Amino acid sequence: MTTTQKQGQKPSSGITLPPAQAINGGEAVAYAMRQIDPEVVAAYPITPQTFIIEKFSEYVADGLVNTEYINVESEHAAMSACVGATAAGGRAQTATSGPGLALMYEMLWVASGMRLPIVMHLCSRSFSAPLNILCDHSDVMGMRESSWPMLIGSSPQEAYDQAVAMPTIAENKSVLLPVANVLDGFTVTHSVERVEVLPDEVVKEFAGEYEPDIWALQPGSTATFGTLDANDFYFEHKRQQVEAMKNSLEVVRTQLNAVGEITGRPMNLVEEYLMDDAEIALVVLGSSEGMVRAAIDQARADGIKVGMVRIRLFRPFPVADVRKALEGIGAVGVLDRAIAFGTPGNGLLQDLATSTRTMPDRPLLMDFVYGLGGRATPKQLFRQAVDEVLNMNETRVEPDEPAYLGLK
Amino acid sequence: MDKRLPIEVRWHGRGGQGVVTASRILASAALKGGYYLQSLPDFGAERSGAPIAAYTRISETPVIDRGPVYEPDAVIVLDASLIGQVDVETGLVANGTIIVNTANPDSPALKRLQLKPGQQLWTVDASQIAIELIRRNVPNTPILGVFARCFSVLDIDTMSHAIDELMSETFPPNIVEANLKALRLGHDQAKKIEVEVGANA
Amino acid sequence: MPEQQSSERPLWQQIQPGGIGVNPGSTERVQTGDWRTEVPVIDFERCTHCMICWVDCPDASFEVANAKLIAVDLKHCKGCGICAQVCPVKCIEMVPDSAENRETTDVNSGNGASSESAR
Repeated sequence: MTTTQKQGQKPSSGITLPPAQAINGGEAVAYAMRQIDPEVVAAYPITPQTFIIEKFSEYVADGLVNTEYINVESEHAAMSACVGATAAGGRAQTATSGPGLALMYEMLWVASGMRLPIVMHLCSRSFSAPLNILCDHSDVMGMRESSWPMLIGSSPQEAYDQAVAMPTIAENKSVLLPVANVLDGFTVTHSVERVEVLPDEVVKEFAGEYEPDIWALQPGSTATFGTLDANDFYFEHKRQQVEAMKNSLEVVRTQLNAVGEITGRPMNLVEEYLMDDAEIALVVLGSSEGMVRAAIDQARADGIKVGMVRIRLFRPFPVADVRKALEGIGAVGVLDRAIAFGTPGNGLLQDLATSTRTMPDRPLLMDFVYGLGGRATPKQLFRQAVDEVLNMNETRVEPDEPAYLGLK
Repeated sequence: MDKRLPIEVRWHGRGGQGVVTASRILASAALKGGYYLQSLPDFGAERSGAPIAAYTRISETPVIDRGPVYEPDAVIVLDASLIGQVDVETGLVANGTIIVNTANPDSPALKRLQLKPGQQLWTVDASQIAIELIRRNVPNTPILGVFARCFSVLDIDTMSHAIDELMSETFPPNIVEANLKALRLGHDQAKKIEVEVGANA
Repeated sequence: MPEQQSSERPLWQQIQPGGIGVNPGSTERVQTGDWRTEVPVIDFERCTHCMICWVDCPDASFEVANAKLIAVDLKHCKGCGICAQVCPVKCIEMVPDSAENRETTDVNSGNGASSESAR
């Protein structure tokens, strides 16, 4: 887990920190965006992303950034503007949530297919209908195959730390893909917490400048962007994206380590909690980590050897890291915060099943759906899940169907 | 009388009374006090007058619970008319404190609270203080004064400092000044009410 | 699109990522004239050289010299007929594509200046 610096303490690299801030996840992301000062930000407001864009607009209005802020007419246009800006040679960022992500879906694939290193902050939100503005991972699952590396943080602090790392991951020459910094709607975006920020100059130096090899506004450039591939080379370009996604995994690891070294808060692709002597485990994404850890602590007090694995790098899925974390584990409860309707298993379960299928002693898996549409999941429910996983470890029978935690 | 850290607070009020702002000010005061903190609004339909809740957590270690406060050390009710409509006292810990904004400490509404032995009830006429000083019924700053009186981890000066800093970003100096006065008046005028245990049991 | 000139098809590792066209002139190399079923025939007697066809032609196929329209580049004219539609004096007629009809207008067939000199 992350360790947090006390105010005024110096991080490992010896820089003096500005005072800690009491800000929410959205404001923490905007803070990092101000420090990075991208050439273009194009966004359309949507709850619960609003804090990011409100705060960043203030920075623009106050002249604290040099960013060209584009008020667009939709999320499709927001991503289109980012595509154009990045192809032209600028560094561009945007932020959205659930339905907004759905509206920019076409352009997600255009951005990754054109290999444009855009940074998007995704404040996870459910999909309507029925209307719901609160958090689940339907949108996260909705973009998982669009060739965007995706990091999911669990706190405003992590949203900030990841935001600092994002441009350097996207713009790495072996990657050149758009990237998503996912923060859970409300539980992270609206949660005011103590956030340790870095000095502006440290972030600016870390992020550096976007230096593309080819860009449309390059003087004398004859490059053409957005060309026709048809059946000639489309297949080959997709194969290249497979390679870029693979490359991104080690780049993410390196860049998270680099940020961690500056802040003194290490970040891993997969975060483990009490896994050393664990016999069973729960696997989770995002901000529910805290409640899960509380449940694990309770279960440990009851003598159950259970641990937790939180997957920070959701795409590309860190198969090797996950397998290593689950080595010797008998049974795993997978916590899915979205339903993949009609599929043989929900999103995270599919990833776990595929990742572990060739392990010599693969852990048994059972799926728990929880927290849809912002339903609060108290630790008692995760504690129940531990009992069910413990039971599966003894009976050695995997259920076909998921369990629904907190369903009325 | 006083609970040490960690402290979990649940706020009840109506849209427009400054519940979320109050929770945020308390969290900022916790930062000033050198603690870890969290202020999390409970979002439903956001409209003026609708019952809303917010949660504040103050701790010496990083706060990792991100969700509702189910077992609060303190419950703060900004509108006494919510008592009976919302189970404001649900889950209040055995030695917990409930702070209610009311003009009438003998009000029948307070009698409806299901309090247990060891739990404390404090009242203040925060709306009256707010209307007098701020000219609007935003009872949040006076009631923060009561919190500072009940919980010594954050003294009145730390709270004052936090309000000054947070409100100065958006409000003119005279409004900030009025809020700082309201904070101190709330602190001084708070009354501890003897709880009739099980009166309604 | 890949820019390799060799007859060998490049492998996936060898092409420009993102489909970025890095060499200029790829449009000129694609001979859209292959798609044609009709060909424009211009009655130069009536042509006022207003250049509206030159502006509207999607393939930039009208050849101009000394501020005069002189021919159509049939390597790139795909016979869409927009020129015939927009011509204010109706001096362009779309006729079935044939060697004979092509003779009259093709800049590449020797009628008028060559493509190179026209530019």
